[in-house]
Amino acid sequence: MYTMETVLEAKNINKYFKKPVLFHVLKDISFKINKGEFSSIMGKSGCGKSTLLYILSTMDTDYEGALYLNDELVTGQEREKLSYIRNKHIGFVFQFHYLLSEFSVLENVMLPAKKLGEKTVQEIEHHAMEKLRVLGIDHLAKKRASRISGGEKQRVAIARALINDPAIIMGDEPTGNLDSYNSDNVFNIFKQLSDEQGLSLLVVTHDIDFAKKTDRIIEMGDGRIIS
Amino acid sequence: MVNWKVILNIAKTHLLTKIKQTATAALGVTFGIGAYITLVCFMTGLNAMLDDLILNVTPHVHIFNEIEPSKKQPIDLYDKFQNAFNVVHSVKPKQSQKRIHNALPIMNYLNKDPLVRGAIPQIKEQIFYIAGSIELGGNLTGINVMQEVELFNFSDYIVKGTPKALHNNESGILLGAGVAEKMSLDVGDRVQISTIRGDIFPLKIVGIYQSGIADIDNIQSFANVKTVQRILGEAENYITDINVKLHNIEYSIPLAQKIEQQFKLTAIDIKTANAQFETGTTIRNLITYSVSITLLIVAGFGIYNILNMLIYEKMNDIAILKATGFSGKDVQLIFMSQAIIIGVVGGVLGLLIGLSLSHFIDNLPFETEALPTITTYPINHNPNFYIIGITFAMVSTFLAGYLPSRKAKKIDPVKIIRGQ
Repeated sequence: MYTMETVLEAKNINKYFKKPVLFHVLKDISFKINKGEFSSIMGKSGCGKSTLLYILSTMDTDYEGALYLNDELVTGQEREKLSYIRNKHIGFVFQFHYLLSEFSVLENVMLPAKKLGEKTVQEIEHHAMEKLRVLGIDHLAKKRASRISGGEKQRVAIARALINDPAIIMGDEPTGNLDSYNSDNVFNIFKQLSDEQGLSLLVVTHDIDFAKKTDRIIEMGDGRIIS
Repeated sequence: MVNWKVILNIAKTHLLTKIKQTATAALGVTFGIGAYITLVCFMTGLNAMLDDLILNVTPHVHIFNEIEPSKKQPIDLYDKFQNAFNVVHSVKPKQSQKRIHNALPIMNYLNKDPLVRGAIPQIKEQIFYIAGSIELGGNLTGINVMQEVELFNFSDYIVKGTPKALHNNESGILLGAGVAEKMSLDVGDRVQISTIRGDIFPLKIVGIYQSGIADIDNIQSFANVKTVQRILGEAENYITDINVKLHNIEYSIPLAQKIEQQFKLTAIDIKTANAQFETGTTIRNLITYSVSITLLIVAGFGIYNILNMLIYEKMNDIAILKATGFSGKDVQLIFMSQAIIIGVVGGVLGLLIGLSLSHFIDNLPFETEALPTITTYPINHNPNFYIIGITFAMVSTFLAGYLPSRKAKKIDPVKIIRGQ
């Protein structure tokens, strides 16, 4: 067996909420996510799992400790640089669908790639259509994002997360707002991406059934990793 | 690196989907700029017209012999009363002549000065117009009519007849409009005038003069210098006034002072004579600009308001843009470019509205007794106003967009995403 490459590594992460009273949310958290791994973070409400995810996502910079992405130190980078890292290396799927409602489905998917600006518009469009086709929603490409169903929206959000071929996809309760049919659908898509394309995934969930089907469960309680 | 294409595309989509709000904001700027252009063109046009009314006909320096008492009375010259307190009752003006001594050499001297555009003679005399048994008091001024036309726009005030007709007629007179009306006279008729000494001369009316100021038109008439000299029985060097026009009005004060010292004559410069006039112009400009700036500031607040609302509505969009890799600066630029697009579109429309309104006003008939040469409302079509207008539109929309967009830049996406 070859040695696993590390995609994401957290070292001794501590975070405090200062308001309304000083509160130690995350206590000395260290772990690694390997390339191609489909992991989930489980835990009760308020255990700090979402807080951890937003630190890992580079959006929250107010913490102690060190965060590495592809073996590069992310902690302490400038905001512009962090935006670039999110754009290129991290894909997001949220509980609520968060599409730009005034743009078409295709434009929503293309936007992060246009921002990155590494490919021509034609290439990006081709690429985006391919992602939509893989997720079975290519027929919605020209529709306004506000005119499609919740399950479809979440699949569009996944397509958008994939557009720049990121190192890791992060999800914050991506199935939390979906019925069981659409939940299974989203899980199957994640599983397929992980198995077939070797994509790394890190999903925060409190859905035990969802978590059980992933490669690895990181269980959190009271600001610490339990197992 | 800023990807302008993407940013402008997002800004465009935001604006187009909120077309009503966008239009409201842009119309605010349009009306502000349009009103500014119209107002400033009209007001400065009016100012220029009123200035011209006075400045064109007023000599920059007016030289004449003032009738006044001697500054030093004989008793001041007597040594023995030097330290006494002297009181002289009923002081009379100095015995002197109205004519300017050596007027022709002085005029030659002034005309050689490179700063002087022209120095021309006048003879002012009081006369009576005789209509049957009635004698109307009046003024007859001897002029070199062609020079008056050239330097003081005299032809603007000849409502009937031509300056040339006066120039060619040794016994012609340009009768004041009020006098002509009172005496039922018209061009081609004859009028008799009498000097103070009682000599009566018939003169042929070659034109009608109307200044627009009734008090003047009721008494004033003009004839050639030679004609007046002949009527008065004076020689060719009899001249009572010299009017000087300069290339640059700023020299009028030093020149007047120099002439007073050099020739011991009274010289009044235009600035002293019309001091209250400039005050009026300044105040009208002040009013114009304060009204215009108020309009533009109101338009600026409109943009500020609408962008602020837009940003509250777009909190989710801002969060998602930031989560997918747009930086705070990108988000700020998206909203800044929206403000600037509103400013450019509104501003350019405002310029067009201002242009068409000012042309419309320019063509409105405006006829008044007082201003014989004016037929439409005065408008000053100065391209600088358009440059100022669009610049102000850009600056105010930039400021109005800057504050809300800075707020959008600072929005923390985590708070928005987790808050839901």
